[in-house]
Amino acid sequence: MMLMSDCNDALHRLYQYLDGELTEDRRSVIQHHLDSCQPCAEPYDFEAELRMVIRRKCQEQVPESLLSKVRKALEAEA
Amino acid sequence: MADREGFADQAMELMPSLYSAALRMTRNRADAEDLVQETYLRAYRGFSGFQEGTNLKAWLYRILTNTYINSYRAKKRRPDETELDEVEDLYLYHRIGGLEAALAGRSAEDELLDRFTEAEVKEAIEELPDNFRMAVLLADVEGFSYKEIAEILDIPIGTVMSRLHRGRKALQKRLYEFAVDRNLTDPDPNDAHV
Repeated sequence: MMLMSDCNDALHRLYQYLDGELTEDRRSVIQHHLDSCQPCAEPYDFEAELRMVIRRKCQEQVPESLLSKVRKALEAEA
Repeated sequence: MADREGFADQAMELMPSLYSAALRMTRNRADAEDLVQETYLRAYRGFSGFQEGTNLKAWLYRILTNTYINSYRAKKRRPDETELDEVEDLYLYHRIGGLEAALAGRSAEDELLDRFTEAEVKEAIEELPDNFRMAVLLADVEGFSYKEIAEILDIPIGTVMSRLHRGRKALQKRLYEFAVDRNLTDPDPNDAHV
């Protein structure tokens, strides 16, 4: 049976869930709820996708000049 | 106790993520490069203090963050405690998440989020006030745990969580503004049912 409090709990813990900050027990309770509650699963999917997009779009290529500058600086310290 | 010999091998591999964080912090390439170089030098000099077997990436981030706070943030004189507007939870989802159903299928929503450009995502992060930006960067881009972030920033875990909470909402609000500016949210969800 779907309880309003299950939905509230799931939404309340959304970020802790996505951040991997829940205990295994709590995580599986929420996972179980999401499997059977589409209205809760949707924001979870959305936030997870957004997180991936943010992560992907913030990647940077290190300039070759910086790599060699740092290598040289460390060699000079040795 | 770690020896310096192994430092370069282990630490150089982590430079792409440190450089990316340095860019988000300083907002310009010259400062980011200086910050990374200084971080590596400090880390090298202090490597004997690193506990072998603990998280090298977190240790380097702590040095990066401290160096940034002590040297670069002061230089820029940016307001530190800028207040963030109160923003509702799931701000972006409530505005564009509905398009998923409207446009039939998850792919619509995924594509929509993917339409944010790299420049927009970076700018949205870079515009966050320092304290919030650091927390969001460390969690959402670098994937550090709350405990690691607390140690890197030297703040309580509760503070990490509240900065993340508010920083993420502000980030979503900014992304939504980009979406509106570029008409990315068309078709309007209210019209899509017709």
